Amino acid sequence: MDILKVLAVAASAVVLVAVVELIRRGRLKERYSLLWLFSGIVMLALSLSRDLLESIARIVGIFYPPSLLFLIAFIFLLLITLHFSVIISGLSERNRQLAQEIALLRMQVDQLHGRQAKTAGSE
Amino acid sequence: MPRTLIIIPAYNEQESIAGVIRDIRTHFPAGDILVVDDGSCDRTASIARASGVSVASLPFNVGIGGAMQTGFRYAARRSYDVALQFDGDGQHLAEEIGDLLEPISEGRADIVVGSRFLEPNNYRAPFFRRLGIWIFSTVLSRILGMRVTDTTSGFRVANDKVIRFFSRSYPEDYPEVESLVLLHRAGLRIAEAPIRMRERRGGRSSITPVRSAYYMVKVLLAVFIDLLKER
Repeated sequence: MDILKVLAVAASAVVLVAVVELIRRGRLKERYSLLWLFSGIVMLALSLSRDLLESIARIVGIFYPPSLLFLIAFIFLLLITLHFSVIISGLSERNRQLAQEIALLRMQVDQLHGRQAKTAGSE
Repeated sequence: MPRTLIIIPAYNEQESIAGVIRDIRTHFPAGDILVVDDGSCDRTASIARASGVSVASLPFNVGIGGAMQTGFRYAARRSYDVALQFDGDGQHLAEEIGDLLEPISEGRADIVVGSRFLEPNNYRAPFFRRLGIWIFSTVLSRILGMRVTDTTSGFRVANDKVIRFFSRSYPEDYPEVESLVLLHRAGLRIAEAPIRMRERRGGRSSITPVRSAYYMVKVLLAVFIDLLKER
């Protein structure tokens, strides 16, 4: 039991420290780190307090409390990946709009320079 | 005479693009031509530029939806009255542009879709494609509340309302079917007009059996999701 507790505390602490460190170094933006921080804190709290873990497990009807840790970690991971899918969708839409804008602007630039004919053979 | 832009989406069509441009110039000289080169890796863009038409080259392949939307944005910014989609592979006949324009200029429709199946002809699609076409037209006819026969057609004419609508939102991967649902929900009027089809002049069709099955599932899903979306 205590080895498990040490492991769980260590794992959540590592996640928390890593996330904070990444933010501090500017490698991770705050807006993408909130879910990570939140899940890290919840996991840490549940790993530290056996009582808390056991009472929640009893309420949801889980006989082996540590498996509640897995369940919660799994739910957080699902949330985080869903969050990423939403972000990726937004980025790909912007990416598409930028590509279209570049195509139109490049055409306009070429026309302004009046060298459409010259560039014709060179591509 | 309404100002008309002909949008030719082209992805690796170096064999056919020059012929397509010539065909349009012969039969519909009044229209301006914009080739949207969707990140082709062959000489499509340079051949088109050499024929003197405007060419917008996308920096990478964004798919037919993104390519068409580029054209519609251009049309909206230059305030064209009519925009026409004409495929770059040479399957469409420029002599039919006039007929497709008619319902628009008479104000009877906001978008006219050229259909291969309105009149008997010698066009014979492979079995699976025919099955797909049948499923799409049945489903779409129910949703749109009108008979549509050729939902995947890439020969269509749009008026200024549709141009503005498409320049704001246009479906992405396989947009022909989905765009009809979006237009219908936006209260725009759809009409079909008969067209004929030519065999491909060059290049290869991007459609294979596996892809068309995937295509069908994806598009039907997209269509049903569109119905759930907020307006």
